[in-house]
Amino acid sequence: MRLSSKQATLLVLAVLILVSPAFFPSNYYYRVGAMVFVNAIAVVGIAILTGYAGQISLGHAGFVGIGGYACALMPLHFGVPPLLAVVLGATLSGVIAWLVGRPILRLKGYYLAVASLGFGVLVAMVLANEGQVTGGPDGIKVPDPGARAWLTGLGLELSNAQFWYVFTGLFLLAGAWLALNLNDSATGRALRALHGSEVAARTVGVDVARAKLMAFVISAVYASVAGSLLALQNRLITPDVAGYMHSIELVTMAVLGGAGSVLGAILGAALLTLLPQVLTVLQDYEHVVLGLVMMAVMIFLPAGLLPSAQRFMRGRGE
Amino acid sequence: MKRIAAGVLALGLMATTASADIKIGAIVAETGPASALGDPEAKTIRMMVDALNAKGGIKGEKVRLVLYDDGADPSKAKTFATRLVEDDEVVAMVGGTTSGSSMAILAVAEEAKVPFISLAGAIEIIDPVKPYVFKTPHTDRMACLKIFADMKARGLTKVGLISGTDGFGASMRVQCLAVAKASGIEIVADETYGPKDADMTPQLINMRNTPGIQAILNSGFGQGPATITRNHQQIGLTLPLYQSHGVASNAFIELAGAKTAEGVRLPGTALLVGELLSPDDPQKPVVLAYKASFEAAAGAPVSTFGGYAHDAMRILIDAMGRASSSKPAALRDAIEATSGLVGTTGTYSYSPTDHLGLDLSAFRILEIRDGGWKLVN
Amino acid sequence: MSDLVPFSDLLQFLVSGVTVGAVYALVALGFTIIYNASDVVNFAQGEFVMLGGMISVAAVSAGLPLPLAALIAIVITAAIGVALNTLAIEPARGAPVVSLIIITIGASIFIRGVTQIVFGKGTHRLPPFSGDAPLHLFGAAILPQSLWVVAGAVAIFVGLWLFFTRTLTGRAVLATSNNRLAAQLVGINTGFVMTLSFALSAGIGALAGVLITPITPTSFEVGITLALKGFAAAMLGGMGNPKGALAGGLLLGLLEALTAGYLSSHYKDAVAFFVILVVLFAFPRGLYGSNPTERV
Repeated sequence: MRLSSKQATLLVLAVLILVSPAFFPSNYYYRVGAMVFVNAIAVVGIAILTGYAGQISLGHAGFVGIGGYACALMPLHFGVPPLLAVVLGATLSGVIAWLVGRPILRLKGYYLAVASLGFGVLVAMVLANEGQVTGGPDGIKVPDPGARAWLTGLGLELSNAQFWYVFTGLFLLAGAWLALNLNDSATGRALRALHGSEVAARTVGVDVARAKLMAFVISAVYASVAGSLLALQNRLITPDVAGYMHSIELVTMAVLGGAGSVLGAILGAALLTLLPQVLTVLQDYEHVVLGLVMMAVMIFLPAGLLPSAQRFMRGRGE
Repeated sequence: MKRIAAGVLALGLMATTASADIKIGAIVAETGPASALGDPEAKTIRMMVDALNAKGGIKGEKVRLVLYDDGADPSKAKTFATRLVEDDEVVAMVGGTTSGSSMAILAVAEEAKVPFISLAGAIEIIDPVKPYVFKTPHTDRMACLKIFADMKARGLTKVGLISGTDGFGASMRVQCLAVAKASGIEIVADETYGPKDADMTPQLINMRNTPGIQAILNSGFGQGPATITRNHQQIGLTLPLYQSHGVASNAFIELAGAKTAEGVRLPGTALLVGELLSPDDPQKPVVLAYKASFEAAAGAPVSTFGGYAHDAMRILIDAMGRASSSKPAALRDAIEATSGLVGTTGTYSYSPTDHLGLDLSAFRILEIRDGGWKLVN
Repeated sequence: MSDLVPFSDLLQFLVSGVTVGAVYALVALGFTIIYNASDVVNFAQGEFVMLGGMISVAAVSAGLPLPLAALIAIVITAAIGVALNTLAIEPARGAPVVSLIIITIGASIFIRGVTQIVFGKGTHRLPPFSGDAPLHLFGAAILPQSLWVVAGAVAIFVGLWLFFTRTLTGRAVLATSNNRLAAQLVGINTGFVMTLSFALSAGIGALAGVLITPITPTSFEVGITLALKGFAAAMLGGMGNPKGALAGGLLLGLLEALTAGYLSSHYKDAVAFFVILVVLFAFPRGLYGSNPTERV
């Protein structure tokens, strides 16, 4: 039996998630793994928006913030169970993305970038300024969803870090599966068409505005879920997660790995999450090296790491 | 990805097998929005570990410091805290420059049962008391109380509050609003500014126009308070200006300009006025020694924040000397038994119900005169 | 707040807004030049401003007179701008917008990192050029340094406007921006145009840094906020047009000051970004932007 490339991607991902722990000497590695997965979920969303549809957003951390604060505020103020808050937060992000996306997505290139940036800055500002509701710039505590205790009750003992590794890993697999299916669908084809040229896509009958809005809403939901998982795992959320620097980090992860593909997005998230952990040995030179890596990848491998690597492999195979 | 994982693994192994000395961990915001706080903290911690080892370490064993920069990001702080306890296997941690980072680290410390001495202001860090968590800075509430007491003594009861929108400014604003009434102070204006704003005259004009206003209090750190002080002079305000302990450093006088800052009051620690203390003040030798060694090592004036790190390290070193073993649990017990330890911030006495160990007397109201500090009694 | 706000207060708010706005305009003008030459929005523009401040502070504290310190800062920063173009922008010619954003952000992280190692993490200020004593105008107090900043922004604006409209080189820059290939065909040395633009933009950024450091202290991290506000100002006015940069900067500064003065300082920045969103919805290319034409 031959695997489709979609099945192959999912299989590779599942094997990586399952086998990596064999090399983990301590909980710290599970923690870093879980952070990779959380970032990767948001970045797969960016891959749909930027890689499939060719639209830029410098404000997606705003949705990360909405998802994260949903898990802190809904249980606190309305008694919503934390896991339900993930769903409600994602729904809220989707609705906000739909409302904001309609006017914003008429803009192009840098104008879209600055408008989305403005949106993200506004979200971060509300979260930081409305201290009475949100806890202000120092952040707010997030309740324990209780899922780990439930597993312990079933006789499955996992450390905190191990639990979140598994939990976020499952979300990432589900997210990757949905993104790959989207790519194969009619919507996916429409998005890729408008990435090539909006005018051309319109002439072949693609509803350009609707397709763009779709990608924006879907990517917002991905960001929101990532934010929720981050908040639940850290048991704490601060307004910085919605900030401009975090938005840029997410886009950088997507483009560095190769924005056109789901695996590339995950690779980019893994690289930029692991890099600061490895670079601690360099102390003061950490930022210098990070900046150099970003420039070098974009200059020498403009398509991103994964597509460039694939091209290299194919080139050698011939 | 596997190769990257293997690379990380190799680095991790390298770090853990390097030596069998006593290992302590630190997580501070050396870079990022709180670097004005975290940078002197990092320098102080490194300097004190070096000095300790030069004197032979603890009971003949060298102390090895593992220091990470969280850039004031609580999520990173949590990852580094996990790394310190799980991978570096440290026996104690200091740091958590911002309150957010401290909250993230303390969760890890509690779960792993490794003592953690926080350098951040929020009262939530030690209230309720958590067995493994201590802190050295006064709470923001204490700063507000001290300032309000001084205002009351001068007959200034209608106060305009202007706060930075960063964590430090916002947290102190909330605390000052909460304790104002009980201190007999009425907050008649409540303004804010962005930490990097170039001009705050509109906010100050609105304060000037507030009926009955008698004094202005600025809660903030970094460059904002210097800009406010200069704007205060620019528009000719004569209302007394109070700054927070966030700018208790000669660097503030340099930034604001000595003439401009004349008459500004703030709650500071003994650190800034070491020379002015009476010879029998127990803090005098401690602060003078720290000031001399820090300024020689760092080439920058001492600040309250470096002082917090100094005190945390003294408490930790003192406890390591007294502890029955260098196991985290024994260290925790020794830290909690700290009594009458003289630091730059004040004299610390921890107990099972008090993991802050300071009272209001730790703060002194200082006034800037002729480019230097004067004690106000 | 009193029910009748006197005229002198309004004037003071305007002084504040124009001062801050001129700072934003200076950063936005730097964005404009590089965008005109290469269609690249240089997110390291804030770092040029920071370098201008940091290098001049270092030179002054080494005992050099301020004008010489400023000159050194401008020349070094301009050289760094040229290096950025040669080493990072030119090799990535033709890359999509996102890649260019990431390259310039990478450059800004790199420059910040090096600055932190070379100059440390302290915050510094330059002494004001003409003293600290405020001038009084109808009850509003104006710092002499504000006049320097505003004069600097206006002078650079006029200079750029003359350069782009009156000189052959300036027109060559605009031609390169419109169509690089066509510009090459009519004999314009587009490589030289790029080098010149980056040198000019970095130099102007550094000059801005020297002018504003007496008002707003500098440290290795100030570039981030300056770039964010300057970028927003440039987009508000319409990227690529010096008129737009000046208008966008002043508008943003005035919005912030008047919001802080009349509404609430808590939402000063929020109102500014909200207005940017509204303006972009109404004018998708900014206030002074050119008509949209999509290249198929």
